[in-house]
Amino acid sequence: MNLLLLIAIPLITAVFILLSRNQSQVKWISLAGSVVQLFSAFFLLFAFRHERVLNDTAQMLFEQNYSVFASLHINFHIGVDGISVAMVLLTSLVLVAGVLVSWNVQKMTKEFYFLLLLLALGAFGFFISLDLFVLFFFLEISVIPKYLLIGIWGSGKKEYAANKLALMLMGGSALILVGILGLYFVSGHSFDLLAISKTTIPPDFQNVIFPLLFIGFGVFTALFPVHTWVPDGHSSAPTAGSMFLAGISMKLGGYGCLRVATYLLPAGAKEYADIIIILSAIGILYGAFATMMQKDLKYINAYSSVSHVGFSLLGIGMLTQTAITGSLMQMVSHGLMTALFFAVIGMIYDRTQTRMVAEMGGLMKVMPFIMSIFFIVGLCSLGLPGLSGFVAEMTVFVGSWQHDDMFHRMATIVAMMSIVVTAVYILRAIGSVAMGPIKNRNYLQLKDATWNEKLAAIILAAAILAIGMAPAWLNDLLRPAADEIMKKITGS
Amino acid sequence: MSEFFILMKNELVVTAIIFLLLFVKLGREIKNDVLLSLIQLLLLLNFVFSIFLNKEGDLFGNMFHSDPLIVFEKSILNLAVYLISLLCSGWFKRTEHLVEFFILMLSSLLGMFLMISGGNLLIFYLSLELATIPVAAMVNFDLEKKRSSEGAMKMLLSSAFSSGILLFGISIVYGITGTIGFSEIASHLDASSSIQVMAFVFLFAAFAFKLSIVPFHLWTADVYEGAPIAATSFLSVVSKGAFAFIFITALYKIFQPLQEVWYLMLVFLAITTMVIGNLFALRQQNIKRFLAFSSIAQVGFILVGISSSDNYGITSVVYFILIYIFSNLGTFGVAAVISEYSGKENIDDYRGLYKTNSFLSWILALSLFSLAGIPPTAGFFGKLFLLTAAGSKGSYWFIAIAALNMVISLYYYLRIIRAVFMDKNEQPIPKIAINAPEKLALLICAAGIILIGFVGWIYDYILSLTL
Repeated sequence: MNLLLLIAIPLITAVFILLSRNQSQVKWISLAGSVVQLFSAFFLLFAFRHERVLNDTAQMLFEQNYSVFASLHINFHIGVDGISVAMVLLTSLVLVAGVLVSWNVQKMTKEFYFLLLLLALGAFGFFISLDLFVLFFFLEISVIPKYLLIGIWGSGKKEYAANKLALMLMGGSALILVGILGLYFVSGHSFDLLAISKTTIPPDFQNVIFPLLFIGFGVFTALFPVHTWVPDGHSSAPTAGSMFLAGISMKLGGYGCLRVATYLLPAGAKEYADIIIILSAIGILYGAFATMMQKDLKYINAYSSVSHVGFSLLGIGMLTQTAITGSLMQMVSHGLMTALFFAVIGMIYDRTQTRMVAEMGGLMKVMPFIMSIFFIVGLCSLGLPGLSGFVAEMTVFVGSWQHDDMFHRMATIVAMMSIVVTAVYILRAIGSVAMGPIKNRNYLQLKDATWNEKLAAIILAAAILAIGMAPAWLNDLLRPAADEIMKKITGS
Repeated sequence: MSEFFILMKNELVVTAIIFLLLFVKLGREIKNDVLLSLIQLLLLLNFVFSIFLNKEGDLFGNMFHSDPLIVFEKSILNLAVYLISLLCSGWFKRTEHLVEFFILMLSSLLGMFLMISGGNLLIFYLSLELATIPVAAMVNFDLEKKRSSEGAMKMLLSSAFSSGILLFGISIVYGITGTIGFSEIASHLDASSSIQVMAFVFLFAAFAFKLSIVPFHLWTADVYEGAPIAATSFLSVVSKGAFAFIFITALYKIFQPLQEVWYLMLVFLAITTMVIGNLFALRQQNIKRFLAFSSIAQVGFILVGISSSDNYGITSVVYFILIYIFSNLGTFGVAAVISEYSGKENIDDYRGLYKTNSFLSWILALSLFSLAGIPPTAGFFGKLFLLTAAGSKGSYWFIAIAALNMVISLYYYLRIIRAVFMDKNEQPIPKIAINAPEKLALLICAAGIILIGFVGWIYDYILSLTL
C-alpha cells in the first residue's frame, strides 16, 4: 500500500473544504474524506497483516524515501510497523467520530473542519514518519489548529487554556528539538530513525539527551509534573477538539517517548527507568485522586486521562516486552475510550447546557442511548473485563510483575490501587448523572442521540469491544514491534 | 567593458531608475500611479536580470567584487523593495513626494548593493553611509508628525555616532595591517595582540548599531514607531538583511583569524539580543514598536546561525533572510493596509478583525506563525536550519536557550492572533477594500511563506553558491 495516501487524503479533503461554498458541503466533504481515510486505514491493517503472513520480516513495511534537503540529509522517509498501523487506525476512528459529533457546529464551520483535518494530518504524518525532522515537523503542525480550536470554539477560560497549551507544548517541542539535533550530530549527520538506531551512541551522551527527549514528549502525553495543560486544555476545548487532544495528541507524546527516546537511547532509558516509574506512579495516583474532587464532567475525564496515560508511561518505564506491549495497548485503548467519553459529555452538554454532575440526574429515562454509551465507556475506564481498558491495564501489570524486586512490585501495587479510586469516581459520576430522580423539569423534553451522534458512538464503542473481546489481533500487531524495541534495550 | 556591465548590472539598473526619477522631477508632472507602476516594473526587471549571466569577478582594482551568491543576496533585497513598493501603494499614490521617497529608498538600496559587493574598507565605509543617510530622511517623511522627526533625529545621531566608531576601528585596522583590502587584512591578523581585538571590537560595535543588536538597539523602537510604515519595513527588512550579509562577510573573511574571539562574543550577544528583544516585545501596544522588538529578537536568531562559521552558517542565514522578508513584509503589509485605511496602529484595535477582514487576518496569522517558527510555514525551516548550523559547534545549551526563546516569542505572537481571532469587539475595523497591488503583494508573501519550506532545493542551491 502506498503510505502517501494517508497524508494525501486529509490534505485533499482540507483543500476541498476551503473551496466549498456552504455549510452542508463542508460537512459532507469532511465526512467523505474521513470515511475514505478510515477505509484506507483498515486496508493498511489488512495489507500489513498480509505481508507479515507472507513472512516479510522487515522491521518497517511499505517504506518510501524521498530526499528533501539533500545537503542536510533530510529525507521524507515513511514506513510502518505494527505500532504505527495501530495508531493510524486509532486516529482515523477518532477522526470520523470527531467529524460526526461536530455536525451541529454553527460558528465558522468551514474553518472548524479545516483545522480539524489539519490536526489529523499532523497526527497521521507523525505516526508514519521515520525521519526525525519530518516527525518533528508533523508534531509541530498540530500546534496552530489546537490553539485556534480551543481559543475560538472553546468554552470557559478558553483563551487562558489555549495559551497555556500552546506554550507548554512549544516548550516540550523545544526540548525535543535540542534532543533531535543532538542525535543528528552524534550519528554523523542523519535524521533517519533506522540509521540512528544502528549507530552506537556513547552512554554518557545518551544520559544527557534521553531526559530532554523523554520530558519533551512527556509534555505532550501528560507526564507528571508537566501535565498541567491537560485539565484546562481538555475542558475548554470544543467536543471534537477534546476528543482529538485526549485521544490522539496525548498518544503522539507516548509514541515519541517510546519510538524516539527509548528506542534510540536504550542506555539512557535504563538509566532513568526508575525515575520514569516513580513519576508515572505518582501521576496515576494523583490523577485518580484529583478526579475524585471534580464536579465538572469534562474535568473528570481530563484528570482521569492523566491517570490512565500514567499506565502507558509506567509500561515504558518497566522495560519488559510485555509491559511495553501493554503500554501500547493502553495508548490505543485510552485513545478510543477517552474520545468516546468526551463525545458523550459533548452530547449531554448540548442538551442540558451544563456539565456539572450535581445538576444532572435521572437522564437514563430521557436519553437511554447516550446513557448506555456512557455506561460502557465508564466501565471501560474502570477496567471491566470484556472492554479494552482491562486488557491493556492487565498487560501492563503482568509485564511489570515480571520484575521480582521490591521497587518494581511496590510501584505496580501503587498503580493498581488507583483502580479502586477510579471505580469510585466513575460509578459516582454515572450514578448521579444517569440514575435517581430528574432534577430539572426541562430535561424531560430532551431528545436522545441523533443519527450522527449514534454513528460516532457506535464506531468508537465497537472498537472498544473489539479490543476487549478479542485482544489477540491487537496483541499480534504490537508485540513484534515491541520485541524489536526490547532487542535494542537488552542489547545495549 | 562587457564585464563591467555584467558584474554591475544590478547597480546600474538601480542607478538608472534614480536618474530617471530625477529627470521626471525636472520635467512635467506625471501621475503618481503611472510613475509607481513604472518603478515597480523596473524593479521587477532588475530582479529578473539577476537570474541570468552571473559570474565571479573583480572591478576597479579589487574594490568591487561580485559572485553568484552576492547577486543572489542582492536579488533578495531587490525583491523586498519591490514588495514594499506594492504593499504601501495606497500611501505612495496619496503622497505628494513619491519621487523623493523613491530616490531616497533606491539610493539606500544602491548603497547596500555596493556595500555587499565591497572589496575594501574604503568602499565599504562610503557605501554604508550611502545606505544609511537616506533612511534617516525617509524616517522623517511623515512631515506633520512630531514623532517622525524625533525618530529621524535619533536615527541620524546614532548612525553618525556609530560611523565615528567604525572609522576609528578602520583606522586602527589600517594602522596594524597597512592595508584596507579585505583579503590582505585577513592575512595580517593573527589574534596575537590585544590591539587587533580592539580594532575588531570597534568594527563589531558599528555593525551592532546597524543590526540593532542588544545593547546597541536603543534607537530601534522609537525610529520604527515614528517612521511611515514604508520606511519602517524598509529598515526592518532590507536594511537588516543587507547588514547581516556584510556582517557575515566581515566575520568569515576579514576576521577569520580572530574566530575564537568573535565566537564567544556572538554567543553572548545572541543570547542577550534574543532575551531582551523578546521580553520587551511582550508588553508593546503599538504594532510598529512591537515589530521593532520582534525584529530585534529575530536578529538574535540570525546571530545564532552566524556563530556556526562554516558554509552551513552562511547558507542558513541567507535562507532565513529570504523567508524573513516574506514573513515580516506580510506582517508589515497588513499593518500598512490597516493603518492606511483606518489610521489604527494599536494591537487592541485589531480585536475582532477576523469578523470583518478575513483575508487580512489569515495573512497576518500566517506571517506571525512564520515569524514564530511554527510549521507548516517556512519560518519553521528557517529557524531550524539556523539552530542546526549552530549545533555543529556542539554547544547544545546554546541551542536550548535559542529554542526556549522561540517559546517566549510564541507568547507575544499569539497575543495578536488572539486579538484578531478570539477577542470580541463592538466596533471592529470596518471592511477594507484592498487594492490590487496590495493584494498581489500579500499573496506573494503568503505563497513565499507556504512554499519556500517545501521546496528543498532552494537551500541546496544557496549552499552550492557558497562553496
